[in-house]
Amino acid sequence: MVAFVLRRLGVLGVILFGSSFILYNVAAISGDPTADLRLSTDPNRDFLIAALTRELQLDVPPPLRYFLWLKGVLGVFVGNPNFGIGRDGSAVVDSLALALPVTLRLVLAATILAAILGIMIGIITALRQYSRFDYSMTFIAFLLFSLPVFWVAVLLKEYLAISFNNFLREPQIPIGWIIGIGLVSGLFWASVIGRSRKSFWLTYAAAFAISSSLVAIFGVTGWLLNPSLGPVVVLALSIGIAFGVTQLSVGLINKAALRASLTMAGLSVVAYYPVNWVFDSYPGALSIFLLACVLITTAVFVGLAFSKIDRAPIVRTTIITAVLSAGLVLVDKFMQTWKPYMETDAINYRPVPTVGQKNDLLESTDFWITSLDVVTHLFLPTLALTLIGFAGYIRFARGTLLEVLNQDYIRTARAKGLTERTVIMRHAFRNTMIPMATILVADFAGVVGGAFITESVFAWSGMGTLALQGIRGQDLNLLMGVFFITATMAVLANFVADLLYSALDPRIRVGSGA
Amino acid sequence: MARKSKVSVESTEVLSGENAIQNKEIEGLSQGQIVRKRFFRHRAAVISLVTIITIVVMAFTALDFRLFGIWRIPGWWKWTPEDLPELRFGDCPNDTVGCPTISLLPKFLGGQGIGLGTHPFGQDDIGRDFFALVMKGTQRSLSVMIIIGGMAATLGIIVGSISGFYRGRIDAILMRFVDFMITIPVIIIGSVIGYRYGNLGATFLAFLLGLFAWTGLSRLVRGEFLSLREREFVDAARVAGATNKRIIFKHILPNAIGVIIVSVTLLLSGAILLETALSYIGFGVVPPDVSLGLLISQYQDSFTTRPWLFWYPGLFIISIALSINFIGDGLRDAFDPRQRRRISKKERQDSATARKLAQAND
Repeated sequence: MVAFVLRRLGVLGVILFGSSFILYNVAAISGDPTADLRLSTDPNRDFLIAALTRELQLDVPPPLRYFLWLKGVLGVFVGNPNFGIGRDGSAVVDSLALALPVTLRLVLAATILAAILGIMIGIITALRQYSRFDYSMTFIAFLLFSLPVFWVAVLLKEYLAISFNNFLREPQIPIGWIIGIGLVSGLFWASVIGRSRKSFWLTYAAAFAISSSLVAIFGVTGWLLNPSLGPVVVLALSIGIAFGVTQLSVGLINKAALRASLTMAGLSVVAYYPVNWVFDSYPGALSIFLLACVLITTAVFVGLAFSKIDRAPIVRTTIITAVLSAGLVLVDKFMQTWKPYMETDAINYRPVPTVGQKNDLLESTDFWITSLDVVTHLFLPTLALTLIGFAGYIRFARGTLLEVLNQDYIRTARAKGLTERTVIMRHAFRNTMIPMATILVADFAGVVGGAFITESVFAWSGMGTLALQGIRGQDLNLLMGVFFITATMAVLANFVADLLYSALDPRIRVGSGA
Repeated sequence: MARKSKVSVESTEVLSGENAIQNKEIEGLSQGQIVRKRFFRHRAAVISLVTIITIVVMAFTALDFRLFGIWRIPGWWKWTPEDLPELRFGDCPNDTVGCPTISLLPKFLGGQGIGLGTHPFGQDDIGRDFFALVMKGTQRSLSVMIIIGGMAATLGIIVGSISGFYRGRIDAILMRFVDFMITIPVIIIGSVIGYRYGNLGATFLAFLLGLFAWTGLSRLVRGEFLSLREREFVDAARVAGATNKRIIFKHILPNAIGVIIVSVTLLLSGAILLETALSYIGFGVVPPDVSLGLLISQYQDSFTTRPWLFWYPGLFIISIALSINFIGDGLRDAFDPRQRRRISKKERQDSATARKLAQAND
């Protein structure tokens, strides 16, 4: 195993060396950094050219200059990386250090959202194969797949940001919208849940009634201007979560798990006021982290207290319920921040931004307001990336699950008389997740390179913007810095995906074959 | 087969019935005929095929077409992208100018009757006919797509089949090379190339991009070759004295063609999105040439006032990419031998009644 990892890491090093060599030379040949200086009429032009040549070592031919660059980069191993300096004289390392967290934030949010939504919908389409829901989701997936991200971005800016902000000035929801939203959500839920004709129409009616009345209530109470959940709604939703998670995780038949989850959901709500007090008195990421630790520990104890046998699944169920219902409390806190956030001078009731990764005019130093600012700025770019990314997950999850459902062990499981839930969740779902996990890791690295266009449309100063700046300004060191980071992440992610695959699937032996 | 537990009780019986229907359908047909038959049953794929053919024919016949720069085939559309007709004022909503004259609403429904008008897609800010511009852009984007796809398919198949067939050292060298190439994001290398060579014309740019787009396909082809070369029919061919060349082209490649075609269609839709994205950020096709991505990037700021300048190029990009994706899906279904058609309730009933009749007759 150790030998395998070392050998693979060695190969990765060689690959990175090769590809960076290729790109360095291609980029160096395609652009001459002194080109714009040569055209200038500045009297000390020759002096400037000489200075630039000396600074960027342009007198060394590219293939050799590459090794000078490489020497600096290899300083990573002694804790002193040197990616050279950019055209503007600043160290590339500093620019990268600023840009990388911005891109990671965007990509992480988009990948996780896309994966969760995509896998969920993919699984439903596979279970409802050849139904109308399956066909329409397939169509939607292909449509999203074919959308150019810059085109979607412009549409999102227009309709979700500008129009929505205008709408928020006077949030009266017209009756047509209420009915329309009800019809669409009715159709969605009915095709997901309804099996027979009767259950289809029952679900349709229920979903229609619930969603249109919710939308109507939102409109009447001005909820969009001052949203909150409050302890009662949190309690109701938490109970729903407890039932749902228990059903999916171990089945409602497991009474101990159900009791444990319900207790945990109840505890989350009991903690509503104390937690809010902590949020207000000690705002910051640290207190959220500590609360999360307390939460998980409590969940483990509750799970253990209620279970006699089969402890692991029950503890797992309790933890999932706890995290989700505590998430509701956190969401509620953000909702409470919404009104003060909108009232700040920088926002002035136009909360959905179209550009940038944060509002520089925002004077507030309050932790919650600045965090909410980050969230609202994430909204549109993440949505654009998610829309396009999750189509792939739908198709992949559907295909994989169908493949798994065709296997003999599924037939055996059914033949043993296991419930459909057990067959799907325990036998099929887990085997579907093996390839999904590896795809997810590899995709994450791919998106870092692919967030390029999105960053440029939404004017985020992340890695993509740096790379574009590097290309436009013929700033070789900057471009190579971005490339080195993204390529290293891509290569490492693929490596992790391989290891993960063999860890998850005992049939795959590490180190066998290529 | 995945089916609900309710059905699985009688599944063996149903399955044999289905097999009978399936087998009857492909009796006495060649592989090509079966594939064609299955493809034409995929409704979305057929609609997409018609759409893409319509778009290609429309784009390439609308404007003057120069063959090798000598023969000029006149197009049927009255304007060219270079014409500067007068800007149409009046009867546009919100005091804009040059709005589209296309009308699809018949007169009795309150529209202006079905017709194209002088400028169906409207005019841009200096009055150029936008339909002509979009057609020109579609031509560019389509040809860039075809060139990238063609280059990538050729290179990918050659590299993949050589390394999969000969294995050993050649394989190791080629695949390490592919590993190098895969680490370089296409969008980065595309931007570098586009920035420098975009002004040399779309064709040249497309060839260069094609040099970097083949890696995924070559891996796929290699995998396919590795498994196919161990099969009995390859041994049989070798025993019969076939040369390596003959085995590759006559025995292995035809068996791998399904996988290849499907992934080439995906490559094509990726290629048009790549081209438009590069043109959008200014590293692809550059003015005065026209491409769909370039049109969007030029006119995105006028979205609020004159949205048609933004909608039409986007619609064409989406229709092309979407059609190709659906065609790929149809081909995947057609080539996949495991893929079974869903047997409709009526057919199942028909076969059941037929069986009963036959039993009664016995």
